[in-house]
Amino acid sequence: MSVILESRALRKTFGAVTAAADINVAIEADTVVGLIGSNGAGKTTFINMVTGYLKPNSGSIRFDGRDITALGPRQITQLGICRSFQIPQLFDSLSVSDNLLVGVGIVASAGKSWKNAASTRGTPAEAVETMLKQFGLQPYRDMAAGTLPEGVRKLLDIAMAMVVRPKILLLDEPTSGVSAEEKFMLMDLVMEAVRAQKVTVLFVEHDMEVVSRYTHRVLAFSEGRIIADGEPEAVLNDTEVRKYIIGETIHAKRGSHAQA
Amino acid sequence: MKRERTVAILTIVLAAMLVFAPLLPNWTMFLFTVSLCYGIVVLGMMLLIRTGLVSFGHGLYYCLGAYAAGTLDPLFGITELAVMLGSAVVITAVVSAILALLLRKYRDIFFAMLSLAFSMILYGLLVKTSSLGSTDGFNVSVKTVFGLHIAGTPYERYLIFAVTAIVAWICAALIHRYLNSHRGRLAEAIRDNELRVEYMGASVANTIHLNYIMSAVLAGLGGALMAVSVGHIDPEMAYWTTSGEFVFISILSGTGSVLAPFLGAAIFESIRSFAYEYSPNTWQMALGTAMLLVIMFLPGGLWSLFKRGGRSTT
Repeated sequence: MSVILESRALRKTFGAVTAAADINVAIEADTVVGLIGSNGAGKTTFINMVTGYLKPNSGSIRFDGRDITALGPRQITQLGICRSFQIPQLFDSLSVSDNLLVGVGIVASAGKSWKNAASTRGTPAEAVETMLKQFGLQPYRDMAAGTLPEGVRKLLDIAMAMVVRPKILLLDEPTSGVSAEEKFMLMDLVMEAVRAQKVTVLFVEHDMEVVSRYTHRVLAFSEGRIIADGEPEAVLNDTEVRKYIIGETIHAKRGSHAQA
Repeated sequence: MKRERTVAILTIVLAAMLVFAPLLPNWTMFLFTVSLCYGIVVLGMMLLIRTGLVSFGHGLYYCLGAYAAGTLDPLFGITELAVMLGSAVVITAVVSAILALLLRKYRDIFFAMLSLAFSMILYGLLVKTSSLGSTDGFNVSVKTVFGLHIAGTPYERYLIFAVTAIVAWICAALIHRYLNSHRGRLAEAIRDNELRVEYMGASVANTIHLNYIMSAVLAGLGGALMAVSVGHIDPEMAYWTTSGEFVFISILSGTGSVLAPFLGAAIFESIRSFAYEYSPNTWQMALGTAMLLVIMFLPGGLWSLFKRGGRSTT
């Protein structure tokens, strides 16, 4: 498989705090990668650097063979990297369908300058309808985004990231703030919609059940470095990972149970 | 569907005004003309407010438009209305395009105060310019409309009114179309969440820049039309109280539809005229009371009355 995203010697400090010390990773196209790590390990900083929100102090990020280190969020989005947010970022006073329509409109009016824009087919209204259906948002179509329950806000936030048809989707804690009963429903919906389009997914997650169930590969972050990288089973059973991230309880058993 | 309805209402109102205006007493026609001018300016304010920005200095473009139109006669001897309006559009577009480079970086109270500062600079400049009459200003006259000589004819007032109404119709229809376009829809998205707009690949700064220029051009057109309707301009048009009136009417109207600014402006002008007529010493109180009532009972502006009615039927 071909490498779609690659970071080399990525470093980012905030004053005396080192959020990313030395991140080297290559992500293959069409895979689902989980990012785990305790708070402050550098997961969100990594996402923020990949999407251009933060500039690394040193190191480089390449996407599709192109250096994107110096680009801002807008250009990076146009190239095909999109993200969702830990706290959903929506247009609160607009209805759910209008939220999506804004995104469809951006793509539709951007025209040929976007590499991935051509893939939006049909009229804007049809495109919105497709998105609503894919993410099970039809019942909420006319509700203002500000009035939605948290789980639906999360879903809409991810749908908004998908409107612009990314090649890579970065999800920042998709199940945080979502009830335990709802989290698998949400992830099933998201993964089905996203994987249908062969989008490469990176997601930050604290819930190991979710991680082991949906990922092909797990990156474990600790103190701005990747301390383990590999198949979920192997990483989640790694002694270092268990010591620093998961804790000593036997999560792996529950993980494999959920998988069955 | 809704889109066509608004344009249809606009067209019906325009036709009705053009047909019935000659039958109305002069003062009513003048009241309508002034309301339309204010309405055009507030239409521009509405566009900015939808983008999340309130300008306390839109008098800058209102005044600039008026002077761009009015100074053509003393400077070049031009008294053709179409050229005067064109001049107002070009000058306000150029000035706003430059100022927006700075203003688009600011939000909220900083944007409001910086706008106000620019408008007061123009006020200061005009007050010091004795060749343009300083604080007294000067008279503006229109002699021709598209080549047709109107000065001194019995239909002079009516024609100026008609041109104002048609320009208002064009502006409202264009802005309505814009607000329903992909780019126009970004305005409210920016007001709600700039971060998300950027993360969806659209430029917040460019959209604000464009909306600001459009808003300034509308204010300039309103100012130029006001100049020819009243026949006199002075630096007071750039003073902060004038800008305050635009904010006042914007709050009164609401931002729900392009019809709202015209309705708000008409009501504002009516209250002001009648209050001035019946209680010349306390007329501001009537306006203040109206504002208080609107804020307390119709926080979405007068337009929310119609919106509510519309919603219950659907």
